[in-house]
Amino acid sequence: MTCDQWRSKLDAYVDSVCSDEDLANLEAHFRTCASCAAEALTRLRIKRMTQNAAARYSPSPEFRLRIEESIRAKRKPGWTFAWRPAGMGMAAAAFAVGVLLVVALTLGIQHRERGQALAELVDLHVATLASANPVDVISTDRHTVKPWFQGKLPFTFNLPELQNSSFKLLGGKVTYFEHSPGAQLLFQIRSHQLSVFIFQDSSIFQNRQETLSGITTARELAFNVEAWSEGGLRYVVIGDASPTDVQELGELMRSAK
Amino acid sequence: MSTTEIIMDGENRSTEARFFSRKVNCWAVADHSGESGSFEELAMPLFTRLYNFAYWLAQDRVAAEDLVQETYMKALRGFSSFRQGTNFRAWMYRILRNTFLTSQAGLKSSAAVSLESDEGQVAEPAVAETPETVLLARVERETIENALEELPVRFREIILLCDLEEMSYQEIGETLGIPMGTVMSRLSRARKAMRELLAARSWEAAR
Repeated sequence: MTCDQWRSKLDAYVDSVCSDEDLANLEAHFRTCASCAAEALTRLRIKRMTQNAAARYSPSPEFRLRIEESIRAKRKPGWTFAWRPAGMGMAAAAFAVGVLLVVALTLGIQHRERGQALAELVDLHVATLASANPVDVISTDRHTVKPWFQGKLPFTFNLPELQNSSFKLLGGKVTYFEHSPGAQLLFQIRSHQLSVFIFQDSSIFQNRQETLSGITTARELAFNVEAWSEGGLRYVVIGDASPTDVQELGELMRSAK
Repeated sequence: MSTTEIIMDGENRSTEARFFSRKVNCWAVADHSGESGSFEELAMPLFTRLYNFAYWLAQDRVAAEDLVQETYMKALRGFSSFRQGTNFRAWMYRILRNTFLTSQAGLKSSAAVSLESDEGQVAEPAVAETPETVLLARVERETIENALEELPVRFREIILLCDLEEMSYQEIGETLGIPMGTVMSRLSRARKAMRELLAARSWEAAR
């Protein structure tokens, strides 16, 4: 075997993934070939130094706390109850607790199924507002924002003329829902920011028709939501503005040519 | 003492050979496959390392925090669909990397990707005892940091996953969504690019 062939095995050697046979053969070769031994040592040194140098950045304790709180907040149940069975026999109390648990679980599951799609989109909206860089294309001009999505999404969409409305376009970015790419557009009305999500109306929403079919208005975690389908695309408007504002933005989007 | 001197000494040579054979492993001893546990139990131990990886990708504190925050929120949302028994660490890194690639900084970095194939053979130098190996033996931490920053993202990330995170080639493949052969050829290219940068920086410093 030539030195070039031995060297093709050196990455696996320094990464400790070569076979026992290769390991034994390489070490035998190093005893007779100073050149390959030097090469292996150099690679090992660079790997070690990279290992040390690359452990460079540490998150602040405040940031860690923020993430932990975000996770806890997301895990909190929508509602809870406390009940003390004073004055009742243990069997009756246990039966009553059992009945309540069944009812609570049934309601909880139904609520979760109905609200999951919206809750996920609300999460995306909230994460965007919390971000230091909420949008990737920053422009109030629809003729700048719309072309920015070209080549990034497998579909296109229209943006409304906002000159005679109270809304202002802030920009947009590519987002993902159930691993499918979509557009997230950020609008502002007074001090409220609203997201308009646009995804292909395909398989990703098929199991969620009850939530997002037709022109649906809803409230999810106190956000107002309007959703509809048009031209093979699914649109969802989400924001903490009034239901009238959310509907008005929906109408503007539907009127876009 | 230069690299060549170490190797040519008979006594040291066998010492070095034993040294070489030591399995480089620390973080990797933890079993990351087949995990079970709550999201917090699995995800929070990765927090510092994910942040470090995010910072290396984004090269900016605020962008790194955004990346990590979005990664944790996406992972939490998708945790119910995470298949127990699969590799949680690779899953988290994959989410972070995909989030980066769809961010503004990530789109810029991917636009600059070379069209050169990953599968091609990498030419190796014919002889090791060159001024390069002598220079590389004197490389300092700062030079490594600068070289890592200068590397294209796809080279930087694979070196970080392999050398810092000590992921197996299979885990790297799962994280980057590429086959094992591509992992090996891309890693080889990345290390070659890293060496060239290190040698150039060391040469400048030595002049």
